[in-house]
Amino acid sequence: MKKLLKYVIVDIIQNKIVLIYTFLLLVISFSVFNLENSSAKGLLSLLNIILIIVPLICIIFSTIYIYNSSEFIELLVSQPLKRRTIWLSIFSGLSSSLSLAFFIGAGIPILLYHADATGFTMIAMGLFLTIVFVSISMLAAGLTRDKAKGIGLSILLWLFFSLIFDALVLFFLFQFQDYPLEKIMVLFSFLNPIDLSRIQILLQMDISALMGYTGAIFREFFGNTTGILLSFLGLFIWIIFPLLISLKKFKRKDL
Amino acid sequence: MIVAKNITKKFGKLKALDNVSVTFSKGECIALLGPNGCGKTTLIKSLLGMVVPDSGSIHFNNELISNKWMYRSRIGYMPQIGRYPENMTIAHVIDMMKDIRKGSSANPDEALVKSFGLKNMMQKKMSTLSGGTTQKVSAALAFMFNPDVLILDEPTAGLDPLSSEKLKQKIIQEKQNGKLILITSHILSELDDLITEVFYMQEGKLVFHKKLSVLKEETGEIKLSKAIAKIMSGGELLKY
Repeated sequence: MKKLLKYVIVDIIQNKIVLIYTFLLLVISFSVFNLENSSAKGLLSLLNIILIIVPLICIIFSTIYIYNSSEFIELLVSQPLKRRTIWLSIFSGLSSSLSLAFFIGAGIPILLYHADATGFTMIAMGLFLTIVFVSISMLAAGLTRDKAKGIGLSILLWLFFSLIFDALVLFFLFQFQDYPLEKIMVLFSFLNPIDLSRIQILLQMDISALMGYTGAIFREFFGNTTGILLSFLGLFIWIIFPLLISLKKFKRKDL
Repeated sequence: MIVAKNITKKFGKLKALDNVSVTFSKGECIALLGPNGCGKTTLIKSLLGMVVPDSGSIHFNNELISNKWMYRSRIGYMPQIGRYPENMTIAHVIDMMKDIRKGSSANPDEALVKSFGLKNMMQKKMSTLSGGTTQKVSAALAFMFNPDVLILDEPTAGLDPLSSEKLKQKIIQEKQNGKLILITSHILSELDDLITEVFYMQEGKLVFHKKLSVLKEETGEIKLSKAIAKIMSGGELLKY
């Protein structure tokens, strides 16, 4: 596993996209912190950017990378290696290099301008989101052989989690506004990793006005500490679950 | 050495392998022949565990291969189209394979690397290589770790005459070392002095698996290409 991981990471880092991504994050972070006069405001603006950009880049880059290395995977499968090792090495390679990119691009500016509990939570959430979306992309790429379909699927998934999901929840709320929906709303927020991390950071920042409906209920329901722990757990499940399904698929895949 | 029993593999509606049973034994050099799309590559990939058959079993040295992986350290595989990570240089790819197959051979056999002249272009990236050079890298890697079984899928396609002659000499040498060699090729004239057995498939089914000498006797031809042509046209004559 270690051997393979090394080669995957070297291959990804030589790919200039990851460097561009790091640079882009760096530019955004520094400009956001320099534009706002208080660093707390800067952090909030950065939050919204991170919640959109990080999942998008991670899911699309990973999907394309997996498709582009299909021949490489084929080569590895014909070697004395377990399929499980191959798949997990690619996953770890992608998630560690993209996490590193996020840490350099957004983590370091946050540490420079706003090194407190909120800043740390935000870095942690960025890293979590990175890994969750790498995991989802492994699933998207594992489901179909066709590259165009796979990339389309991952764009759709990103769109779903960042826009459509919220619209659906709102629609649902208005349709059933006469009923008590608090518990269901909490459940809903676990179905979306982006929502979970948003709630997590806002719980930490303690800005209920910006929390949105789910966030407010979330806090009311669990209180701060339990809420944070539970959403961590939710994010963990979001990493493990797609990865396991894709691994199961990959073990039976014809190459 | 390799025993496959009743393997069937479907890709959608297409039956790529239809109840194929076969025994390949040590020391033989076997040509897998048949028209395009008859299931040769699928058979090879099933042996390597790259394709999972729908039914049937494959044994390697009396061990069932499903979900196993160690047995592949004893196989050298040269794919039809070898593609490698684009950013890696030849040296990186070779080092990586040595790293992955550490233990399967104490001193790697770099004879082909030398005779193909790959040493002079070790620093070239894989994406800049021509098809033939990539093929040379694949061949060098397949022979490097002194495997008991060599599986060569269209080994000489894309190689210049000189290199393909070098590769042929290497194959003959390995055959004399008592290894099992499976070759698919459409250039039958090349196979004449290499192979000992012929394995002929059509539409996913095994048509025959015979010793080369027996085949030549039956058809009354001295050239493999002629013998096969006779069989293929004979089959078609029967149809019409």
